[in-house]
Amino acid sequence: MDANFKPRDARQVEEAVKWAAGEDQPLEIIGQGSKRALGRPVQAARFLDLSDLSGVENYEPAELILTVKAGTPIAEVEKLVEDNGQELSFEPMDYGPLFGESSGRGTIGGVLAANLSGPRRIKAGAARDHVLGMEAVSGRGEIFNSGGKVVKNVTGYDLPRALCGSYGTLAVTTTVTVKVNPRPESSATFMLSGLSEDDGIKALCAAMGSSAEVSGAAHLPAGVNGGTSNTVLRLEGFAASVDYRFNTLQSLLRDFGSATRLDEDGSKVLWRSIRDVEPFAGSDAPVWRVSVAPTAGPQLLRILQNRMSAQAYFDWSGGLVWLSSADGEIHDADIRAAVGEVGGGHATLVRAGPSVRSNAAVFQPQPGPLAALSRRLKEQFDPKGILNPGRMVSGV
Amino acid sequence: MPAPDKDVIARRQEILRALQAIVPGEGVIHDEREMRAYETDALTAYRQLPLIVVLPQTVDQVSRVLKYCYDNNVKVVPRGAGTSLSGGALPLADGVLLSMMKFNQVLDVDFANRAAVVQPGVTNLGITRAVEHEGFYYAPDPSSQIACSIGGNIAENSGGVHCLKYGLTTNNVLGLEMVLINGEVVRLGGKHLDSEGYDLLALMTGSEGLLGVVTEVTVRILQKPETARALLIGFPTSEDGGRCVADIIGAGIIPGGMEMMDKLAIHAAEDFVHAGYPRDVEALLIVELDGPEGEVDLLIGRVEEIARTNQASHLRVSESEEERMTFWAGRKAAFPAVGRISPDYLCMDGTIPRRELPRVLARMRELSVKHGLAVANVFHAGDGNLHPLILYDANKPGELDAAEAFGADILKLCVEVGGVLTGEHGVGIEKRDLMSEMFTEEDLKQQQRVKCAFDEKHLLNPGKVFPVLNSCAELGKMHVHKGKLPFPDIPRF
Repeated sequence: MDANFKPRDARQVEEAVKWAAGEDQPLEIIGQGSKRALGRPVQAARFLDLSDLSGVENYEPAELILTVKAGTPIAEVEKLVEDNGQELSFEPMDYGPLFGESSGRGTIGGVLAANLSGPRRIKAGAARDHVLGMEAVSGRGEIFNSGGKVVKNVTGYDLPRALCGSYGTLAVTTTVTVKVNPRPESSATFMLSGLSEDDGIKALCAAMGSSAEVSGAAHLPAGVNGGTSNTVLRLEGFAASVDYRFNTLQSLLRDFGSATRLDEDGSKVLWRSIRDVEPFAGSDAPVWRVSVAPTAGPQLLRILQNRMSAQAYFDWSGGLVWLSSADGEIHDADIRAAVGEVGGGHATLVRAGPSVRSNAAVFQPQPGPLAALSRRLKEQFDPKGILNPGRMVSGV
Repeated sequence: MPAPDKDVIARRQEILRALQAIVPGEGVIHDEREMRAYETDALTAYRQLPLIVVLPQTVDQVSRVLKYCYDNNVKVVPRGAGTSLSGGALPLADGVLLSMMKFNQVLDVDFANRAAVVQPGVTNLGITRAVEHEGFYYAPDPSSQIACSIGGNIAENSGGVHCLKYGLTTNNVLGLEMVLINGEVVRLGGKHLDSEGYDLLALMTGSEGLLGVVTEVTVRILQKPETARALLIGFPTSEDGGRCVADIIGAGIIPGGMEMMDKLAIHAAEDFVHAGYPRDVEALLIVELDGPEGEVDLLIGRVEEIARTNQASHLRVSESEEERMTFWAGRKAAFPAVGRISPDYLCMDGTIPRRELPRVLARMRELSVKHGLAVANVFHAGDGNLHPLILYDANKPGELDAAEAFGADILKLCVEVGGVLTGEHGVGIEKRDLMSEMFTEEDLKQQQRVKCAFDEKHLLNPGKVFPVLNSCAELGKMHVHKGKLPFPDIPRF
């Protein structure tokens, strides 16, 4: 009966965390629980459920600012800003399909805690780039505000951004302020077919380095994509501008073949599928998310194909490699070694069973001094280790 | 500032010898006359000679200097080009000034991956210079970009007129190599996106030299927009101008730059550079649209229309690159222009929600009467970042104090209307004592816990940003009550 907390406001979150710290009772922080399969399984007997901490506190489209409680469903947030001609430009990805769950679940707090960004990451920045302020409760049970509610602010350390991607291990976010942007009037996709991985990524990098303002750049090799590969570039903005830039790409990438154009609807379906890793949905083969320099993407895959049976596709102009292991093994040592060989980056084991994730380094292991610094930060904010213990690193 | 540690000052010779052993030759400056060059940054109202100045040339030297200081409890003030407007690089009498200006090389330009790797002493404009032959540039462009160093930009999370569309430093830095106060070298990020653990890059950017010393920077570079055109729009009232700004953004247009000036600033700038600004307006807006040519032409028409519906009394569109530069010339010369009409001025820096602009300007006029000093306003209208210039004469007794009091009132006003103390200049020593206007004691404690994770002895740039330095031991204590039957009012499930 007393197992789990479901606070209705930040004060109740504070009380619950204070109690947990006093009693050395670890908490697993959840919103809708849609990302529980991400990271290492948390060793906690109790949930701190934030789903009742929901609702918009302040939305001012003209100021490009939205302040919402952390447990607000992300679908509601996206609908609200869409109704006002705006968007969350970081295009949060949805892990639902990959985990065999329904789409559209999750909360804004969860999206930020996991720093979820989609294909537009390369132009608009990550989720963390759109965060302006937060109210949160530390593992000490101290409620605090950081950042602000305006788009330009350099007052104090940027804790709101640092809490992004920390998977709830430093503090429990209760309210967030994010920057919203006007939604593009129109979009289209420029598509080249039949290119090799190397040529595909070359084309993507050339386009990204042009003034065409590309907002999505992916290469889907044959096999992942069906019989032929597709190299796709998304253009968004005012309709006339999209047409103009489509022509720019056509002359820039002439040597790579002739392009076809996907209209708005086709484009939307395609980029959602790339964003949500749909090519690897409907299976339980291990899936990795690897971030490297864009030109290193195909190189990484080549190295790995000599060591394992891997399928992969590339987003972020080649820099985000979604990789699936066909033999059911996670090949963590191979993958991490390959990341080092191509110049560095990080690999995260995204899909694997709980026992596998318990025993593997799900996130990229850090060198000693950096790991020690991260540990000191955790100790400062959560000295009792009660917030999502073990979620990122074993024993932390 | 915290009282200088007499013991450290007494050990100056010993510290000097140790530093000379690490950084040979001219890399250590200890002569008083030579150290004068370092006694202030661009906030010249404050001056302080450092204990010793060190100019290391290698990462190993930085690491050994910091380790020595850490082991011997000597404070360190890191410094780039010294263009900080908030006193962030002000030396300490009992601290080593660590100048990073010998780290001035562009190490790698990687166009395919749209990244440049540079040392921290390279100027902001220097990065653009290194990549512009391929049509690329580095987007965040603070006004001081010709002089300020990229390491300093990271310390201050610098901005500029392009921020609204292209982001601040924090949105454009991909990776760092840095040295911790104990001498350990760590790397964050790289040419890949996002971090593998906690986002320490976010904490480092804007940390004002309190967390670590940056020795290498990887930044994102962008292809220059195909074209840029600007509109010069005058309004009979600042309210009309403010509404126009809101309507432009409401129409889904994010300009490359959107700057506003009030009457005093318009007149000062016009008298100085003769940019052709109208004198019979209360507010002047410069809107720059950049991007593909087809798009810019389209948007110019839309902005013209929006300006007209907001009672614009003056409207010109740049028809040539030369004319566009003329529009900007006055705005870019606004600070020196105001310098011509007043012996001294204080440049403030706060951000407000844009809708509060008319109210803030009206209140500023009242404060101007209260403090007996004039104020000229230039600001980044797109993101609500104000730069009120308070005019005073340092030779008139009491005027500096009045100007500082006026400045503090303006920043308090910014916070009161929902804004923040600093939009791009940093807290430094200038706004340190105002931090409690914006943050509670509990909020500030969390910020200091970040400091404790990086620098538990408070040796890096102490006295900046935070009004009171709690010891990390004190901050580390937990006061938790063990509950019997906890919180019956929290719903359970």
